[in-house]
Amino acid sequence: MNPKLVQKIAFTVLFLVTLIIIIPVVIILFIIVKEGYSAITLEFLTSIPKDGMRGGGIFPAIIGTFSLVLCATSFALPIGVLSAIYLNEYAKDNLLTRVIKLSIVNLAGVPSVVYGLFGLGLFVIYLNFGVSILAGALTLFIMELPCIVTTSGGALNSVPQSFREASLSLGVSKWQTIRHIVLPNALPGIMTGAILGLSRIAGETAPILFTAAAFYVPRLPTSIFDQVMALPYHLYIISTQIPNMPKNLTYGTALVLLIIVLAISFSAISIRYYFRRKKKW
Amino acid sequence: MVDKIVIKNLNCFFGDIHSIKSLNVTVFENEILGIIGPSNSGKTTFLRTLNRLNDLNIKFKKNGNVFLDAQDIYDIDTETLRKRVGMVFALPLPLPLSVFENIAYGPRRHGIKDRKKLENIVEKSLVASFLWDEVKDRLEEPAMKLSGGQQQRLCLARTLATTPDVILFDEPCSGLDPISTAKVEETMIELKKKYTIILVTNNTKQAARVSDRVAFFLMGELIEIDKTEKIFTNPKDKRTNDYISGRFG
Repeated sequence: MNPKLVQKIAFTVLFLVTLIIIIPVVIILFIIVKEGYSAITLEFLTSIPKDGMRGGGIFPAIIGTFSLVLCATSFALPIGVLSAIYLNEYAKDNLLTRVIKLSIVNLAGVPSVVYGLFGLGLFVIYLNFGVSILAGALTLFIMELPCIVTTSGGALNSVPQSFREASLSLGVSKWQTIRHIVLPNALPGIMTGAILGLSRIAGETAPILFTAAAFYVPRLPTSIFDQVMALPYHLYIISTQIPNMPKNLTYGTALVLLIIVLAISFSAISIRYYFRRKKKW
Repeated sequence: MVDKIVIKNLNCFFGDIHSIKSLNVTVFENEILGIIGPSNSGKTTFLRTLNRLNDLNIKFKKNGNVFLDAQDIYDIDTETLRKRVGMVFALPLPLPLSVFENIAYGPRRHGIKDRKKLENIVEKSLVASFLWDEVKDRLEEPAMKLSGGQQQRLCLARTLATTPDVILFDEPCSGLDPISTAKVEETMIELKKKYTIILVTNNTKQAARVSDRVAFFLMGELIEIDKTEKIFTNPKDKRTNDYISGRFG
């Protein structure tokens, strides 16, 4: 066969296969928006559930999800970034470092329900935090760590070695070099990673199932030891446990969760884009 | 002539590669020592040993001694050593900061906070690197916006701002056009009144133009070191002659 024709066929096949990727995204978005948009009203977003979840809104679940995610990230960000700095800039390539790196990879591979059980055992029961924001956030924090350590490490690595050498060659110490040259230039990448980690845990159900989420709490949390409603768990409840649930409320809840997660990812992308344009090298 | 840097029986290794072989050299105060030789002959390794930048590479090992003003450089902490032995790299490497902040960076990190003092250091360093007239109105611009030649003189000014007494130039003109090259060379000749300069260059003509003495390195060995006129007119070793007349390398 003629090589040009073969090439054409090959490219067409590759293109069609790639097209398959967008099909599920489009279908999911289409169904959820079509079924759910009618539920989205100001009242739905700002009031508590009524009639055994069959009416009212999802405000406590939105607040619950935000408090879990922000709480988890405020633990994960400093610890993740500081350990990434250690692993990238200071650690010698020895057995301990390799064990730590391997643990991070393994942490990323643990199924989310196992995190949930671990959180139940350690935070809820052993440390006696009870089913609470704190226990849920700590569980999500462990789940978020690998993402933040890995992306921060990548961001630190992408700062050119030549910047470090230029700084060190002026008699500037290693820590000052990290503090004044490496970190500021890695910051956009670190922030992008943190936000992506955040959007990943925002949609998790299993880790908060036994550690933080409540079936129904008609008021807002007042301390980190309170149980909360959370969007993913609420969605699971209303789609499996409540008979005669109005369909548009279920899809509306899914739509809100989806919009929150997409908005978080989108803000990560905008930050990256903004800094890439500002990048000075 | 005062001995500034004395190197005694220096051997450098990167893993299994023996990149500098039993080197003995003395560098005199206020001279420009040119170092020539084909690539892979250990020139850059030699320079980076003098400010211990090689220590960043975990595979690097050395034996033998390097003395700066009669003190072993491994008895000086790296920060102090690198403040005294400045370096200008092959490619201009401005930090991603403004022109002003690039030069103030070293002094700031070494504890100078007073704005007036910093302004004074920046101006003096830029004047000394013959860049002041070109950038005095652009101090707040990002350094990356300057032309290549200006960036290289900026890097020199940044090195001068930490008040070294030795400056290492690692092929400082390899990325520059002839006019910028001429400016950097003039600057070097001016600077040797106050500083000791070691210039690694792939351009033998440049070594001939600016150096007082020239050392020829080949495969990690010092083949010959002598006054510049001597090396270029009447070298002792045949290999030196072959290299400068362009027969290899």
